[in-house]
Amino acid sequence: MNIAVKTDNGVNTEALMGARGAFEQMPQAAAFTFRSACDWIQGTQNRNAINGYFGLGQEHARKQTFTIDSDHPEVFAAADKAPTPPEIVLAALASCLTGGLASVAQHRGIQLHSARAIVEGDIDVRGILGMDPDIRNGFSAIRVTFEIDADASREDIEALVAQSQKRSAVFDILTNPTSVAVAVA
Amino acid sequence: MKRISTIVIGAGQAGLAMSHCLSARGITHVVIERGEVANSWRKERWDSLRLLTPNWQSRLPGFSWSGPDPNGFMSMPEVIRYFGDYAAASKAPVEASTNVLSVSAEGGGYRLSTDRGDWLCDNLVIATGACNIANVPAQASALPADIRQLTPFRYRGPGQLHEGGVLIVGASATGVQLADEIRAAGHDVTLAAGEHIRMPRHYRGRDIQWWMEMAGIHAAAVEDVDDVERARRVPSLQLVGSSERRFLDLNALRERGVEVVGRLAGIRDGRALFSGALANHSTLSDLKMNRLLAALDDWAERSGQPDLLPAERFDPTGISPAPRLSCDLSRGEIRTVIWATGFRPDYSWLHLPVFDAKGRLNHRGGHVAPGLYVLGLPFMRRRNSALIDGVGSDAQALADHIDRTRGRRAA
Repeated sequence: MNIAVKTDNGVNTEALMGARGAFEQMPQAAAFTFRSACDWIQGTQNRNAINGYFGLGQEHARKQTFTIDSDHPEVFAAADKAPTPPEIVLAALASCLTGGLASVAQHRGIQLHSARAIVEGDIDVRGILGMDPDIRNGFSAIRVTFEIDADASREDIEALVAQSQKRSAVFDILTNPTSVAVAVA
Repeated sequence: MKRISTIVIGAGQAGLAMSHCLSARGITHVVIERGEVANSWRKERWDSLRLLTPNWQSRLPGFSWSGPDPNGFMSMPEVIRYFGDYAAASKAPVEASTNVLSVSAEGGGYRLSTDRGDWLCDNLVIATGACNIANVPAQASALPADIRQLTPFRYRGPGQLHEGGVLIVGASATGVQLADEIRAAGHDVTLAAGEHIRMPRHYRGRDIQWWMEMAGIHAAAVEDVDDVERARRVPSLQLVGSSERRFLDLNALRERGVEVVGRLAGIRDGRALFSGALANHSTLSDLKMNRLLAALDDWAERSGQPDLLPAERFDPTGISPAPRLSCDLSRGEIRTVIWATGFRPDYSWLHLPVFDAKGRLNHRGGHVAPGLYVLGLPFMRRRNSALIDGVGSDAQALADHIDRTRGRRAA
């Protein structure tokens, strides 16, 4: 006997669909600006403070300021007090895809029981050491493997993963070029 | 100034179908055509192109294919002859070589200014199609000047290309067909593929268009889909009209030596940059194709279709383990770029407040404004609205509306 159970991945897709409707009427409200302020601490260690952002036509302040520290490991003769920036990028990708997965699953009525994204990025550090102009600084390849337990067929789960990439900000940032301007204030 | 009940702009499949339906209802009209009947099929198609639908599926109101090869695909000369025969059989009142300069509202109807005089009408049917302008992304201006750029409108065949490599941007029907024939002519071909719709030409012994029709996919109405705006944006299927029934997907192109890379994401410092999302775009395409094939299999089983070959699943799209992410355009490797990046309609002559914020024509099932109709757009009323076979039912419905409202609107 089938018992209809309401899918609950803890994502409010009704609100997101409502936002889509509102942005159709007022596209300018959809223009957001996110920020981080990064203070140098010591050596390669530094700390990002993340709070305010602009969106829906106004400035928003959060109830708390989040911090993300970064450093480098001991093999680079650093203090290893925090992950490296490229690891934070991998974490950002995994977070974006995993959050997207839950949202898409909610929208499609698929209950998630567990989901884990394992992310790996390959980097040849001769690039950042300036040893070979043919080697890039960044990742030469990134691989994500999802382990997902959900009430859905393998094909439906693959479709969730594909859709979460299609709608992911960080996936887009990593796979397509972005214009970056850096200035001294 | 001439007055008439109804004017149809465009003498392609949509305009001719509408003309036939208007005549059948005794509605006086003219068909204004910038060139000759089937003009864009004459002037804006490459030489090897064949229709993507089989001959038998070229039914128009009061007209259908009667040649020897119902399962073949018309070449362009055959398409031109077919529409010419239809215009003659329907006695379509075509005003050829007449360019529309402007359409504006006047006296409860519409004033149409052309380079051969003005008309006033109660009803106006826009049947100029969805493919008047080839989309060329803004980044085209960043290409080095010594690289030749072509749109599908100016491409005729590989013979007109310079020697050397060709970058084809876009992997829908146009992109895959051009990649195939330009590669076969001996050029190095790089194909930049974003979202695309992979589709076998032939499945279980039947043409894919037979399946789409029989399973009711072609006739699906606007009300039958969740998001019609999205359905209208679906790229063209990766198909070629070929009697050899070739499955022209990215795998087939790679086997023939075409290098498949991600979507052209930008041109920076003389380098073309390709998206790293090719794997996901290929996966999305495989998933969509398999969903459709599963739905077709279900339909075949439910409806007890006889004489079908067994169900089949195709290998996933293979992509190179490390697809190229950029290409130095200054090294002479790429001599030609072809923008197979889609088409859009041209309404620059339509001086009425009937557009949305993105410049798209607002319409509801082809109704634009009182007395103003459009015909032949993708998924206008049904999924096959832009196909030769689908425009007829839309034309019947709009002609019925013109007939019902006749006399109720003062000219």
